[in-house]
Amino acid sequence: MDKSINIRDKVKKNIENNKKWKIEKVMPNIFFMTALISILTTIGIVFTLVADAYKFFAKVPLSEVFSTKLAPLGANPSFGILPLINGTIIISTIAMAVAVPIGLTAAIYLSEYASEKRRKTLKPMMEVLAGIPTIVYGFFAYSFVTPLLMNIVPGLEAKNALSPGIVMGIMIIPLVASLSEDAMSSVPNAMREGALALGSTKLEVTFKVVIPAAISGIIASFVLGVSRAIGETMIVVIASGSSKNLTFDITQSMQTMTAYIVEFTSGDAGSGTLGYYSLYAVGLILFIFTLLMNLLAQYISRRYREEY
Amino acid sequence: MKIINDSNNTEGIYDRKALQKRIRNRVFYDKLANIVFLLSTLFALLVLTILITRIWRQGIGWLSIDFLKGNLSIFPEKAGIYGIIIGSVRLMSVVGPVTILLGVSTAIYLEEYAGKGKIQSFISTTISNLAGVPSVIFGLLGLTVFARLLNLGSSILAGGLTMSLLVLPIVVVASREAIRAVPSFLRDASYAMGASKWTTIRTVILPVALPGILTGSILALSRAIGETAPLVVLGVPTLILAVPTSIMDDFSALPIQIYYWTLDTVLTPEYANLAAATIIVLLVILFLMNSIAIIIRNKFQKRY
Repeated sequence: MDKSINIRDKVKKNIENNKKWKIEKVMPNIFFMTALISILTTIGIVFTLVADAYKFFAKVPLSEVFSTKLAPLGANPSFGILPLINGTIIISTIAMAVAVPIGLTAAIYLSEYASEKRRKTLKPMMEVLAGIPTIVYGFFAYSFVTPLLMNIVPGLEAKNALSPGIVMGIMIIPLVASLSEDAMSSVPNAMREGALALGSTKLEVTFKVVIPAAISGIIASFVLGVSRAIGETMIVVIASGSSKNLTFDITQSMQTMTAYIVEFTSGDAGSGTLGYYSLYAVGLILFIFTLLMNLLAQYISRRYREEY
Repeated sequence: MKIINDSNNTEGIYDRKALQKRIRNRVFYDKLANIVFLLSTLFALLVLTILITRIWRQGIGWLSIDFLKGNLSIFPEKAGIYGIIIGSVRLMSVVGPVTILLGVSTAIYLEEYAGKGKIQSFISTTISNLAGVPSVIFGLLGLTVFARLLNLGSSILAGGLTMSLLVLPIVVVASREAIRAVPSFLRDASYAMGASKWTTIRTVILPVALPGILTGSILALSRAIGETAPLVVLGVPTLILAVPTSIMDDFSALPIQIYYWTLDTVLTPEYANLAAATIIVLLVILFLMNSIAIIIRNKFQKRY
């Protein structure tokens, strides 16, 4: 009996040990506050962009914003953003033209054709490609791919849209390949075996069974790729130059929205000038573009997912 | 498949030759596809090989002890990147603790305390959307909040905090997965021994989840060390001759220096070689960090 009383006392003492119980109550609140940092960051991004973009849109009429004349540093500055949107769309299109076919076929190979052993060596090597900093790709595009393309494409300028587009596409291949591969790998084997038992070849199984079943994940990977391409900065800053003309000629220099932000902040845009506020206006448009793409990707993969 | 009565074919009603040709075609296309798909996988790896050999050959001649120990100079032959390396290291000394502390405690909250309610799903959604925001936007956030509002300028602290917010989602996602993978019987055993929730987290869950958390943190840091755009937007200066000594100093980092040297190749072609040499240093650092992450994952990850 003595012993049990002893333990009861000890338990009581422990509970009354204020310090420990305080910690127990305080910790959840501390963790909750750190979790709020992410929400605060999002609010911070939206608020800084909207507040300064508002000052821009209050001073610049919309007809000027959606014009084709971009000359922020001229004596009579004009802020038409269409050249930037045009540059962004063209370079992203080139990138996706490289990333979609190669990324998808690589995903098919890894998921359907490769042996387990080969898959385990090839997939991590693909991921190395995703880990290389974009500044390195920028250097590669400017000092290697552009001179190489000059031999093939006549009239290609030192800064052009083609070379960063291609290199950006190569950068996005691992993203498309790994997400599409995940989608295809999660198609149950029973479906493949059913088609194979009916006499299909692997190629027919892939295109008639696996891809239709995994299509939501595959499309989502494309959309995420587009979002990456739109937000990509250093490759275009280095290899695509800063021409502000509206052109559809991919051998010419073009500027994207991201490149405009980088060029202008490293320039002499003082705080409070119209040029300074234009950064945030472009930033806001860029943010909305990529956010919509990301939400679209989430929606597609959730809405059209086939459950097996 | 045509069904015909062929006088040459007495065995059945199918045109055997046509059938065999069709099957041969289908098998041929399958084999062809196998090769084409393999080639497109190899294409990505080929580009990787070209990229690395090309940069290696251009930069290795310029890489020397003097280059690593020297200071920046406008003369390419005399330029060194000691101050730049220190800048990157100090930047990481801000990013590392801040990101790991915030990331891990966010993950603990989401996995252990939040429950499966609306708050949890709202925070998770926010974090996954944050992961998709372009890095240049984080630069604008840093410029407004840290550089201007808190008056930190383009110091290491401002750059480090901006970078921390950028890579935070990586640490949160990795830590959540690591915590979720801790088997519930360990948790139950700890509670059964009378341990409180915080004691269980501190002494049972975190130690078991540590390899996963560390792997994720190293991957986040390796993303941060190569990230350029936010720092450029923050206004990190071009030519810093002094080696930064405190986190309030101005600094430059490896990717920034690569950027400026690449831009200046128009004026001084040798700068391209310096940029290549700096890229080699950056890639070696990244390689080492990733190797450490893989070693940690393979060696300390216990399977239950």
